[in-house]
Amino acid sequence: MKEAPMEEILKTQDLKAYFEELEILKGINLSIPKNRVTAIMGPSGCGKTTLLRCFNRMHEETPGAHTKGKIFLEGKDILSMNPILVRKMVGMVFQKPNPFPTMSIYENVLAGYRLNGIKLRKEEAQGIVEESLKKAVLWDEVKDFLHRRGTFLSGGQQQRLCIARALAVNPKLLLMDEPTSALDPKATRRVEELVTELKEAVTIVIVTHNTSQAGRVADYTAFLYLGELIEFGPTEELFTAPKDPRTEEYLTGKFG
Amino acid sequence: MKEQGIALRLWKDRVASLVIFALALIPLIPLFLILFQLFSKGASSLSLHFLTSLPRPPGEAGGGVVNAILGSILLVAMASILAVPTGVLAGIYLSEFYDRLLPNMVRTAADLLQGTPSIVIGIMACAWVVRPLHHFSALAGSAALAIIMLPVIVRTTEEVLVLVPKEIREGALALGVPRWRMILQVVLPTGLVGVATGILLSMARVAGETAPLLFTAFGNPFLSWKPTEPIDALPLVIFNYATSPYADWWRQAWAASLVLILLVLFLNTTARLAARKMGGR
Ligand SMILES: Nc1ncnc2c1ncn2[C@@H]1O[C@H](COP(=O)(O)OP(=O)(O)OP(=O)(O)O)[C@@H](O)[C@H]1O
Ligand SMILES: [Mg+2]
Repeated sequence: MKEAPMEEILKTQDLKAYFEELEILKGINLSIPKNRVTAIMGPSGCGKTTLLRCFNRMHEETPGAHTKGKIFLEGKDILSMNPILVRKMVGMVFQKPNPFPTMSIYENVLAGYRLNGIKLRKEEAQGIVEESLKKAVLWDEVKDFLHRRGTFLSGGQQQRLCIARALAVNPKLLLMDEPTSALDPKATRRVEELVTELKEAVTIVIVTHNTSQAGRVADYTAFLYLGELIEFGPTEELFTAPKDPRTEEYLTGKFG
Repeated sequence: MKEQGIALRLWKDRVASLVIFALALIPLIPLFLILFQLFSKGASSLSLHFLTSLPRPPGEAGGGVVNAILGSILLVAMASILAVPTGVLAGIYLSEFYDRLLPNMVRTAADLLQGTPSIVIGIMACAWVVRPLHHFSALAGSAALAIIMLPVIVRTTEEVLVLVPKEIREGALALGVPRWRMILQVVLPTGLVGVATGILLSMARVAGETAPLLFTAFGNPFLSWKPTEPIDALPLVIFNYATSPYADWWRQAWAASLVLILLVLFLNTTARLAARKMGGR
């Protein structure tokens, strides 16, 4: 059975990432399919977060950190671009919800514009806020108090606010680093449902430790081990018939 | 047997709590003695007249310290104009680039400056500002006060901004926000109340400084708004009056002390209320 060739949005070529002298990613070749959800899995410390942070050039923000190799986003090598331009196309949702504490819900959603000095007309701004919050399935819960601080929301709501904030600037790619690890099961469900709905509009790469979460949301899964890409393929195939013994061991809970 | 043991432990706990409570009260004693003394000696001379009139020559009854009150306010305001922007910017710099050589040198310099006796700073301001201008001036006084304020503001700004979580900074950077906008529009507002607290505390600190004003601002029995002229200040009035031979001036020195301590207490309380507001967020 042969897969129809997938259109890819992001592609890495022999990507290596370092902290000082320490090589964390040891030459990753990976293609992320467009408008699909790709999960990155692997035992703790294998470099999942590092890989994700290479995709929006956040890795280099850590003092002493650098990268080698190439990352193509729609054919353009982002490692030779201005990181600011890369980040405008690649949004990120962090492990811990991080709404800006001095800003209201409304201002948080618009932060990608306001903090970049982009002035919006009022109707335009309101449109973006409503649309983004609806995409993040938060609108109904917060529409009556948009001008209250974002930090008053529950953890799950805060995480959806952060998703709305990332979506408001229309990224091509959305990176999520264990976005549900700080949330309770119900809030986790909401975010998972949201991820599956969003892939119509945006490509998502999600780091997760949770095999069943990957099974629920991801079309494709990449398995990372000690800084190397061991296996990549459609989630179902990878889960039911892993080619590499290490993938199987991980999936059956032998380590990680 | 066992119950007795518990009763004994509870009893010991109660005694220990009492002792700690009593010890905690000790620092309050000097403060209350000072306030009591100031009120009993100064309150009777404190009047609207005292607060709104100029000093009169010795021997003439009445007179007040309006020149010194306004002078103190002007000196602290001018010192703040000099020290706040510089100090906050340096604090931001230290908090953003904490582990490099230059920031470490700046930090050490700030700490040494903080430990420098204020009279030495006064001498420096005298040499740097009074000498070139050939006379005492408000500017020289506020320059001395600004140098005292500077390290306090630098270090509190740094300490407050370092506490702003990494997640908040990265959240802004990940939106494609340039670093300087991230600092000014996200990090600084997040720590703003703390920074303001540090500024107010440093103002309270220099409002009572006397030594560096003796040979810079010098004192002036008339109202003055000019930065280039000598100016009076509450600590200077207290010093001059208390060392004078006139009983009426001693009385006024007490009243001026009371005004000064109320001013400092006001600044301190405002700072602490601001800090509490931040803690509650
Ligand atoms: N700031 C840093 N400096 C030096 N080494 C680091 C730093 N951050 C992470 N590392 C190392 O890089 C490796 C990969 O870390 P990374 O955070 O990418 O792992 P991860 O797969 O996301 O793990 P987890 O599942 O625990 O989140 C780890 O061995 C870690 O010790
Ligand atoms: Mg991680």
